[in-house]
Amino acid sequence: MPEHIQLKDSHRETRINNARTVTAIILVLGMLGLIVSRYYSLQITDYEIYRTQSERNRVQLQPLPPKRGLIYDRNGVLLADNRPSYMLSIVREQVPDLEATLAELATMVPIGDSDLENFRKKLRHRRPYEAVPLRFRLTEEERARLAVNRYHLPGVVVDAQLLRYYPYGELFSHAIGYVGRINEQEVQELDQSDYRGTFQVGKVGVEKYYEDILHGDVGYQNVETNAHGRVLRVLESVDPKSGADLVLNLDIRIQRAAFDALGDSRGAVVAIDPRTGGVLALVSTPGYDTNLFVNGISSADYSALRDSPDVPLFNRAIQGQYPPGSTIKPFMAMAGLESGLVTPESTVPDPGWYSLPGDSHRYRDWILRIRGTGHAARVNMNMAIAESCDVYFYDLARRLTIDRMSEYLSPFGLGERTGVDTTNERRGVLPSTHWKRDAMGQPWYPGETISAGIGQGYMLVSPMQLAVATSIMASRGVRHTPRLVKSIDGVLVEAPLLEPIVAPPEYWQAVHEGMIEVVHGQRGTAKALAVGIQYTMAGKTGTAQVIGIAQGSVYNESEVSERHRHHGLFIAFAPAEDPTIAVAIIVENGGGSSAATPIARKVIDTWLFGEDSDG
Amino acid sequence: MADYLRQMPHQGSADLARRPSLASRLHIDIPLLLLLLVLTAYGLVVLYSGSGKDMGAVIRQGRYFLLAYFIMFTVAQVSLANIMRWAPWLYLVGLALLVAVMLVGVGAKGAQRWLSIGGFRFQPSEILKLVLPMTVAWYLADRTLPPRFFHILVALVLVGLPAALILQQPDLGTALLIAVSGLFVLYMAGMGWRYIFGAVVLAGASAWPAWMFVLKDYQKQRILTMLDPESDKLGAGWNIIQSKTAIGSGGWDGKGWTLGTQSHLDFLPESHTDFIIAVLSEEFGLRGVLVLMSIYLLILLRGFWIGVKAQSSFGRMMAGSLTLTFFVYIFVNMGMVAGLLPVVGVPLALVSAGGTSVVTLMAGFGILMAISTEKSAGPR
Repeated sequence: MPEHIQLKDSHRETRINNARTVTAIILVLGMLGLIVSRYYSLQITDYEIYRTQSERNRVQLQPLPPKRGLIYDRNGVLLADNRPSYMLSIVREQVPDLEATLAELATMVPIGDSDLENFRKKLRHRRPYEAVPLRFRLTEEERARLAVNRYHLPGVVVDAQLLRYYPYGELFSHAIGYVGRINEQEVQELDQSDYRGTFQVGKVGVEKYYEDILHGDVGYQNVETNAHGRVLRVLESVDPKSGADLVLNLDIRIQRAAFDALGDSRGAVVAIDPRTGGVLALVSTPGYDTNLFVNGISSADYSALRDSPDVPLFNRAIQGQYPPGSTIKPFMAMAGLESGLVTPESTVPDPGWYSLPGDSHRYRDWILRIRGTGHAARVNMNMAIAESCDVYFYDLARRLTIDRMSEYLSPFGLGERTGVDTTNERRGVLPSTHWKRDAMGQPWYPGETISAGIGQGYMLVSPMQLAVATSIMASRGVRHTPRLVKSIDGVLVEAPLLEPIVAPPEYWQAVHEGMIEVVHGQRGTAKALAVGIQYTMAGKTGTAQVIGIAQGSVYNESEVSERHRHHGLFIAFAPAEDPTIAVAIIVENGGGSSAATPIARKVIDTWLFGEDSDG
Repeated sequence: MADYLRQMPHQGSADLARRPSLASRLHIDIPLLLLLLVLTAYGLVVLYSGSGKDMGAVIRQGRYFLLAYFIMFTVAQVSLANIMRWAPWLYLVGLALLVAVMLVGVGAKGAQRWLSIGGFRFQPSEILKLVLPMTVAWYLADRTLPPRFFHILVALVLVGLPAALILQQPDLGTALLIAVSGLFVLYMAGMGWRYIFGAVVLAGASAWPAWMFVLKDYQKQRILTMLDPESDKLGAGWNIIQSKTAIGSGGWDGKGWTLGTQSHLDFLPESHTDFIIAVLSEEFGLRGVLVLMSIYLLILLRGFWIGVKAQSSFGRMMAGSLTLTFFVYIFVNMGMVAGLLPVVGVPLALVSAGGTSVVTLMAGFGILMAISTEKSAGPR
């Protein structure tokens, strides 16, 4: 390019450069001013905001879960403990090769497929510095093996956490229930702040009913953490408040006596102290090992329990709904006396069957197929109870009518939940015309009153209800809401008193005498259990039909399958003069009450004489 | 000669010209050197804290500084005439290297920015940061100033070639910085304001197509995050929220040296590199920021002064461009960490840990020193 005609003008260039420099300096100053004003607004104007934010960043409130309250029986035997449970966890960010580490760990401790699956599922949702549990409940030996190899396994952590432990697992399974891991639904329902850091919550039974008391109050610590959430130091802390300890009315000796006496049978025993309303025993068999649930039950274990034909998870004592059978008779007798329809002396003719006026249907007495005749020409109340005469109560039921029967039986707690301090109680059925209309949309038929008189038909009770009714009978009308818990942190819990049943003492006496005759009488239906007995027991046997028996045919125990045999029932209290225990027993498919009566003897003997106390 | 005449009063008022000082003979600008020493010392103090009290990091950075000062002195010894003569050739080598990067470069995270020669990795784009303004200044120095339209077009082509190649890598931040350093030469050359305003309007108008077709998703994300960091608290917004928190919580006094909780508890990302100003702000407060700002401002003013006093138009344009580019570094980094600008990988000049930018910047200061000690007999 040829040299331009216009020569370079140095003065002009300098002038331009100077002007441009001045402009540049002004721009630079302006923009630096912008930056400074930005820093000024962050550091001076909004200082408080950012200081707070940085403080919040640095300091984290960490929950300190409270220790769950312990549960003891009335003798101080520990029934629900907290024990350190060791688990194997992995901190992802510290593990150089996860697969190799997992493979190596598998050679030291058994790691199931489900463990691995759960681990991988959790791994995806945790931050890399968080420990993800791989195996729970390490044994002593497994811990030792891991400890020896830990030095070459970075990121492998063995932690302890306090987990519920039930030393008597199955024995108390239905009495105290269990805790388990908090599930999603419970997360919604529980107080979020109170349950921060808590992993287990009462699922059923006393553990659930008293959850608030057992749980305690969460504590907190302010910790300084880095951006990865690692705790660097504790700045301040508020200690958690442990949950309250519960002492139950349950007596492990009676519980065990009942449990052992039931043996392999399916059944339930509930014992109540009529003086206090305290529940002395609550057994439902088969039980299950509550410890399985504490840290999440494996699906194999759970389906085994769920699918067992014996339904071990079903709490027969409070959920079981059984026809009371003849155990209703003492209460019917009280209804008869209170209504004035019968006196202790009044009698009823007993040909061995009963028919409604103008109806040819014969309601048979159970004695008919044994003797071919009734209990006696005429039967009074004492005999009716002692020998479990059906005809007497057929007649009484008819005269009483179903609605008045319902009215008199209701105060004994039938057809209503007892309100015992545990979960999932069912209310049973105390039928009435009203009830049938509501429940079934059908009118009441007179014949149904007759079977209701001997505790068959629609009437259903749980063993707990039956025990409460027996307790009211034993205490001559004193009504308690039964209580499993005796004291909370040493403070006695009184069972709430309900309005008593007021009736002349001679009425109670007459019924009690009938019930004593059941056990001690020559022709008492439970006289077999009285052999060698050193106290007076009052009782009443019962048999509940599982399948209907056609008119004219005969129930033959050996011919029906085990599952279709009658349920055996027995209620009792002792000592009859001054009762301290009332029991209700049911043995499913026991064939008859003879399956239940020996259990009562064992339970009451244990209570009265304190055999082999177990510590 | 006009240059000669302009120098007359100076020669009359001082005997410096007769008996050049040692600094002058060694081509050292004493005020600039002192300011740089203060700045690098301040930087090392902050770096010690920002690196998590890692003395190793400070020593490593100290070595970079030693190397950088050495390079600065070396560059200062080269006469401006030679710098000017070499500029076009260096430019061609730079372009060739950029093409090489495109063909055989190595990189990480989807960007291909490095050349690896015998295990030694370097970024050719770094060379262009100095060579491009040199080349544009070389081209314009021989033309009449202010440049005419045709010359501006040629200069823009000179700027556009390397910028486009770097944009390909892709490295938007560096491409913009390099382009800007070339444009500053045009500005200092006196390019008409109508062109400048026209270009600004054009840039504004091209924002939409750029957003639609040029910017990559991660780049758009950075811009969106800057506009509303709260929208992605734990993701892309995290850095900005944490750095603003660090700056703001420093207040006027600061939390004290090495006592910054944001940086020492790892809330602050990149606390020793790009985000080191947040460490300084947190620990030394606004006071510390103003001290740093003052040092920077004095360096900038010295740079402009050198430009004003330069003997040749090449020197004037180079000094202005180098100074303005240095300012852009400061503005972009401090603005980005404070949430004013999107997050781009620009270190805080001479404070952030790292060798590359330190060497480039100090080489630039070497050129400034060469300009400041240029003899009046130098080329026009």
